[in-house]
Amino acid sequence: MAVVNPAVGAPKGAPTPKTSDNNLLLTIVKYVGLTVLNAFGLILVYTFLNQENIGLAVVSGIIVLGTNIITFVPGLAPLRWMLPGLALVVLLVLYPISYTLQTAFTNMGNLGDNPHPLPRGRAAAQIVRQGGVISSPEALEYSYNGYKNDAGQYAVLLTRELEDGTLEAVFATQGSLITLPEAPAEAPATLEGFTLMTDDQMRTERNQLQRIEDWGDGSIAVTITRRSATVGERFTLYEFNGTDTITNRETGAVYIADDATGFLVDIFVWTVTFSIASVILTFVFGLAMALVLNDPRLPGKFIIRSLLIIPYALPGVISIVVWRAMLNTNLGVVTDIAEGITGTRPQFLLDPWLAKFSILLVNTWLGYPYMMLVCSGALQAISSDVYEAAAVDGATSSQRFWRITLPLLLVAVGPLLIASFTFNFNNYLLIEALTFGDPPIPSSPVPAGYTDILISYTYSLAFGNDRGADYGYASAIAIVIFAIVAVVTLIQFRFTRQWEQVGENV
Amino acid sequence: MSSQASSKNTWQEGGGMVQSRNEQVIGLAVRMTIVVIAILFALFPVFFIVLSAFNPAGTLRFTFDALANVTTDQLFANFDALVNNPSGLYPFWQWIRNSFIVAVTSTVLTVLVASLSAYSFSRFRFWGRRSLLLGVLLIQVFPNILAIVAIFLMMDQIKNLASAIPEALPFLAGIDWSWLSLFGLDSLGGLILIYLGGAMGVNVWLMKGFFDTIPREIDESAMVDGATHWQTFWMLIFPLVRPILAVVGVLAFIGTFNEFVMARLILRDKENWTLMVGLFNFINADFNRDWGKFAAGALLASIPVVAVYLSLQRQIVGGLTAGAVKG
Repeated sequence: MAVVNPAVGAPKGAPTPKTSDNNLLLTIVKYVGLTVLNAFGLILVYTFLNQENIGLAVVSGIIVLGTNIITFVPGLAPLRWMLPGLALVVLLVLYPISYTLQTAFTNMGNLGDNPHPLPRGRAAAQIVRQGGVISSPEALEYSYNGYKNDAGQYAVLLTRELEDGTLEAVFATQGSLITLPEAPAEAPATLEGFTLMTDDQMRTERNQLQRIEDWGDGSIAVTITRRSATVGERFTLYEFNGTDTITNRETGAVYIADDATGFLVDIFVWTVTFSIASVILTFVFGLAMALVLNDPRLPGKFIIRSLLIIPYALPGVISIVVWRAMLNTNLGVVTDIAEGITGTRPQFLLDPWLAKFSILLVNTWLGYPYMMLVCSGALQAISSDVYEAAAVDGATSSQRFWRITLPLLLVAVGPLLIASFTFNFNNYLLIEALTFGDPPIPSSPVPAGYTDILISYTYSLAFGNDRGADYGYASAIAIVIFAIVAVVTLIQFRFTRQWEQVGENV
Repeated sequence: MSSQASSKNTWQEGGGMVQSRNEQVIGLAVRMTIVVIAILFALFPVFFIVLSAFNPAGTLRFTFDALANVTTDQLFANFDALVNNPSGLYPFWQWIRNSFIVAVTSTVLTVLVASLSAYSFSRFRFWGRRSLLLGVLLIQVFPNILAIVAIFLMMDQIKNLASAIPEALPFLAGIDWSWLSLFGLDSLGGLILIYLGGAMGVNVWLMKGFFDTIPREIDESAMVDGATHWQTFWMLIFPLVRPILAVVGVLAFIGTFNEFVMARLILRDKENWTLMVGLFNFINADFNRDWGKFAAGALLASIPVVAVYLSLQRQIVGGLTAGAVKG
């Protein structure tokens, strides 16, 4: 930053821009371009107003008007360079943020069009409906293919792998449930007069499948979700007594109407715990490895380091999904190993505590190479003079670590730790690809999982296929996250003095 | 960090005290053991992907038996099914093509647009500059996933424009507006727009730093010779920062190539999926059956990405710390 002396730079108030009036072609292009842009802008503004979409009308207006002003006011010449960037930021950053703020104060969603709070009876009915039909604990899980016949009736082919590795297939329609004598490896194109649904059909009509309540002969429930189908004895999870209590049939818990806000607090606590624990774990492991590698006698250091950062280099989705496979309860290799050690088969992704543990395990695996790289750099930047002085004063090696290495390292790495906290706070990818937020919290009125963090909770409130689309609530939570990120970032700015850097006007 | 620093740092572990030879050997052995364990931990999932990719049975189960007596053909069964797509269910090449379109376009545009803004911030002094810089600094900390609901709804509205414009202004119905849906929901264009907007803050800030390191005297000498600002930027300054921009570009490319969350939300149709969305959906619908194909695809997708990462590791570390340490 010291290279450029502001005094040498252009004087304040900007140099008069060199007009390119000698270049006729450029001028023509400029005016034609602006005319097209203005015409298109007017069309957009009118169309959005016609749709009563004030927000986007204003945004398109601002972008078009701003472009004209910046192009024609000579004093704004430096902003011409930023026109494309500014337009992108206004459209894709500022507008979404303000729109989120606005949505947060509405009841927007496709659950209830009613902008007012629902009456208790309707709310209870909705809770019962959302809780859905659950099957008994002995329910079996199947993967499924959807079928449809010409009459518009639906059917599903349920398949699952038995203990011995063979397949079992059940064909379920409304009214019957047939176990096929021979399970096909691939779902056949037609079956019992039904035709296999295409992927497109599945996407658009899965809701129809989920809505069918009397699969089979009625006593057995086939519950279809986005991911799988379960078959077992059926009952609705919640029972409304008609006045003011709802009973959860699975846990026996009774809920009395009050003004509580669901599991937001639990999710918030887990989000913070998860973020802090992730930062600490990745930092401790990363630092430990950096210290181990920080020995000149160690051979093949470049190769070792390259191998160690592979988890960081792999595309995130892929490695997380691979971990999900390895932690799978039935077939996962990590589960196998854990069974070999402990004698019982841990349900890594199904037990609430183990699922949380799994998330931290995978996140440590993903994140510690980054911390190792950063710590290695920071370690090498610590001057050896300090250590020499400490050695002269007779410091032991643990004293040297705790009193010299760690404090100096934290100064250098501190801002990155804060950034890492913010990143993990919003680490939607990890949750979505590893657990989907599952296992679900059974008593939650709004579908939520034990491993949901705020951002994944937001996402599933808004877009979760089997969870409705509650944009209003989702946006409200997003605003809370915005606020938290802002506060944490302010702390980070104090650390790095980036704020002052702007003020220095370098 | 710089290589000159690494040599002078033998102190902190050796301790500045003379160790006996035995202690040194034991110390080294302990280090090597830890390193081996760490490498095993790091590579175990990779090993699992490779094993699954070549296992024709395509199950989740981790087993060597399946590989013991298979022929060479069977060894590549998963790759074959993926690449040749006999069932017509997985447009694998289409996914790769989409991924490249999105990643290349958004990388090139990001670098160009952001460097224009950054140059302006670096070289001009104008009213509102400080506020704008603060704005850049602020927006870069909010990941666009926070406003995901708003972005989704906006993309939906852009998609609807194609039919909304003729509705609102009937005399314009003669013009084909369908190109607008190329920037809305379920389009690669829309996804590129989102990536561009999301990357603007951090890249402008980063590149302003690069431009600041280039002495302003270079600009001034060019100006004296009669060059315009634009000529100075495009012919002098841009080539000077090109090596750094190349690294930024490669990293941006990999970042977009690997991106999954936004892509999955925006791209609905199978033909429009990017590679990561496609691979994820392989196992999402039918986890057990398509596992082998997923692993094969994952392997194919990972090798180039990992190779680039490893060859650029020094620059990546530099870039990682650049934002944090006051330069």
